[in-house]
Amino acid sequence: MVTLNVNGRSVQVDADPDTPLLWAIRDHVGLTGTKYGCGIAQCGACTVHLDGQAVRSCALPLSAVQESQRIVTIEGLSPDGNHPLQVAWRALDVPQCGFCQSGMLMAAAALLAEKPRPTDEEINDAITNICRCGTYNQVRAGIHQAAERGISG
Amino acid sequence: MTTLNALRPSRRGILKGAVSAVLLGFHLPSRQAVAQGASTASPPELNAWVVVHPDDRVVLRMAKTEMGQGVRTGLAQMFAEEMHCDWSKLSTEYVTPGQSLVRSRVWGNFLTAGSQGIRSSQEIVRKGGAAARMMLIQAAAARWDVPAAECSARDSVITHAGSGRTLRYAEVVTEAARLTPPSDVPLKDPAQWTVIGKPTARLDTADKTTGKLVYGQDLRMPGMLVAVPRRCPVFGGTVRSFDVAAVSGRHGVRHVLKVGESAVAVVADTFWQAKTALDALPVEWDTGENGRVSSEAISTMLDEGLTAREAFIGNQQGDARAAIAGAARQIEATYSYPYQNHAPMETMNATVVWTPSRCDVWCPTQNGEAALATAAQAAGLPQTACDIHRVDLGGGFGRRAVHDWLVDAVLIARQVPGIPIKTMWTREEDMVQGRYHPVTKCRLVAGLDAENRIVGLHMRISGQSILATAFPGGLQNGRDPVQFQGLNATGTESALGYTFPNLLIDHAMRNPHVPAQFWRGVNHNQNAIYLECFLDEVAHATNQDPLALRRSLMANHPKHLAVLNAVAERIGWGTPAPAGVHRGIAQQMGFGSFVAAAAEVSVERGELKMHRIVAATDCGHAVNPRQIEMQVEGSFVYGLSAMLHGACTVKDGAIEQTNFDTYNVMRMSEMPKVETTILPSGGFWGGVGEPTIMVAAPAVLNAIFAATGRRIRDMPLGDQLRQRG
Repeated sequence: MVTLNVNGRSVQVDADPDTPLLWAIRDHVGLTGTKYGCGIAQCGACTVHLDGQAVRSCALPLSAVQESQRIVTIEGLSPDGNHPLQVAWRALDVPQCGFCQSGMLMAAAALLAEKPRPTDEEINDAITNICRCGTYNQVRAGIHQAAERGISG
Repeated sequence: MTTLNALRPSRRGILKGAVSAVLLGFHLPSRQAVAQGASTASPPELNAWVVVHPDDRVVLRMAKTEMGQGVRTGLAQMFAEEMHCDWSKLSTEYVTPGQSLVRSRVWGNFLTAGSQGIRSSQEIVRKGGAAARMMLIQAAAARWDVPAAECSARDSVITHAGSGRTLRYAEVVTEAARLTPPSDVPLKDPAQWTVIGKPTARLDTADKTTGKLVYGQDLRMPGMLVAVPRRCPVFGGTVRSFDVAAVSGRHGVRHVLKVGESAVAVVADTFWQAKTALDALPVEWDTGENGRVSSEAISTMLDEGLTAREAFIGNQQGDARAAIAGAARQIEATYSYPYQNHAPMETMNATVVWTPSRCDVWCPTQNGEAALATAAQAAGLPQTACDIHRVDLGGGFGRRAVHDWLVDAVLIARQVPGIPIKTMWTREEDMVQGRYHPVTKCRLVAGLDAENRIVGLHMRISGQSILATAFPGGLQNGRDPVQFQGLNATGTESALGYTFPNLLIDHAMRNPHVPAQFWRGVNHNQNAIYLECFLDEVAHATNQDPLALRRSLMANHPKHLAVLNAVAERIGWGTPAPAGVHRGIAQQMGFGSFVAAAAEVSVERGELKMHRIVAATDCGHAVNPRQIEMQVEGSFVYGLSAMLHGACTVKDGAIEQTNFDTYNVMRMSEMPKVETTILPSGGFWGGVGEPTIMVAAPAVLNAIFAATGRRIRDMPLGDQLRQRG
């Protein structure tokens, strides 16, 4: 039994220690907003925050996560779905199929927390998530729009 | 917000409560509500398309599938245009193919592919909206005892012109539903449209920003188990043996199964338990003859076709061979295009409950009706004892229009009766068990006269037919008509935009064992590269401007020419580009639309940078310009991903690329600025999701030549620019 702090809540997870955090979140905690895309930390669909840092949860075993570390998933990004990025995403209709967007938003939120007004180059470096529908330009526009509001997550 | 069509009470008994009301994220009626039955009956349907609720909510039923392309919002626009309902209270739900079967296919074709979502259903959906409005107005007129012609409707409110009296749709829907539907349903003249053609926000964005939208991967049901399958990595191979005992004692593992002749699966409590057990499961495969096939052998097979005597003719004018033989000068080039995986972000999956008398499937599919037929056959049950409950897709691109993955999911569930089984592919399985973009090569020969005019063109395609491997019934005397997309002499779907005095376009069909499938853009992707890059070669070899050469061949093709001119003007063709930046251009017609693109790129020390691509599209009627711009951008990412990186190679009969580390795709840092011009000339309905994909790659490849003098003829680009030319 492993204890995790997910979205401010302490949860007991009955999973083997080699289980990646992604599957603990999805199959044990029951939060399915965080997606499985590749399992090898390539695509970023599984991105969550670990103590504020964007991490790819599909390649992070539970044994490497401390009970004290704060895990935030897309469900916990904001209490009411109104993180500036979520607001911008809706204003611009950023998602297409939407499957990669939880990871996009979590990666973008970590970026804005560190760099409130990122340049295009900084966005390129930070957002290496894969979107097969091709929303990249809208993701970039959404990050800039959220940044311009001067509030970061 | 959209909800999956609720399970009807009759089915709930079959599922014995195991799946009742707790499908995560779905809006199922509570057991209590079902028990109360008639007292909480849902409002009567106005017609097959629409239900108006007492609180004024209007629910449009959809046969097409949303996979990111915006079809939900586009269909809703077309419906609302005619129904005159309150847009802010409009939502959609999926109908099931089982319901459609019972009702004589009242919702038409479920296939969502070939950029057909809007154009194949626009008339039936608009008529559904118009008929609903007419019945509601008629019911209000009857209540007021006035002629219906004196009444009009707007934003779900009916007004009687003479008296100013009003009634909301919800107030008359019960009476309206009892009326005989009108037989004559006139539609608005496009000049009167106020919803169609207006940039419109999507109906389904909010839940994609909070993680609430439930994809197939996210389905959860009480008592559900997760199956992870593995097929023989060599297509056509079978299972020889596997060692159940090696993994059966592992934590969470419930079943280790053979699936059909060619796959095994582990069923466990969770995905990770099933996946790791499968990884540990010793399996011996019988790979058969195909186990000796490699990419080199396939390449040799295609090379032979490039000059073979026999070939299927796609387009023929005059005598191209004779014209080329007698020409003052010949120019020749050979191109190639590899296998590519669709690689949607969500891997293949389906959740199935099978009992000896009933099979229900929850899955993302681009074709509900085909999924139903497939599931029923695999379930050993009649279609009337099965149904498909759709969820939105985490990407489709053609992969979810065929259902090999569903066959296995049902065969697994059959071995665990009564238990919901979510079968989910790993990314590795998705990569090596794809249904790939077909492999082809193309040899082009042009004959030129003394004034450098093209007197004859022969375009020989050699390679794999999608129809031959996936839908042999579609072949015409052995010939695959889809092979010639964009190259046809005439037609409203994909006609060639040039006139050559002598022309021969033919196809030597060579079908390797790797299964091919429709893939966003389909055969346009390579056909446009072949022809548009070769014309660029001819232009440069004869010191002609590539745009001017094209224009000289397009006098008979004004719609093709209009979009070409539009991108030339917007990119500033003929004016100096920024320092170090070079331009390329391309045009093509496909999926009923005319499209063109012009690209600006630079290449420094072998590194390509795509600065800007402008696109023009004439799709006839433009339903939602905002979504069209998104689709153009998205199609460029898909097409340029393929051009830059996409290649699946074959070794010992199996696909070598197993994940995104070896099958690279385009990322944000590679994304050019995209500018879209929409030129809807009216009078026809063209597709939007695919057409522009086909011009992105040739425009960029032609710009690369302008920048470097290097002609890239073998896709993908990969690191060719970093190698010495």
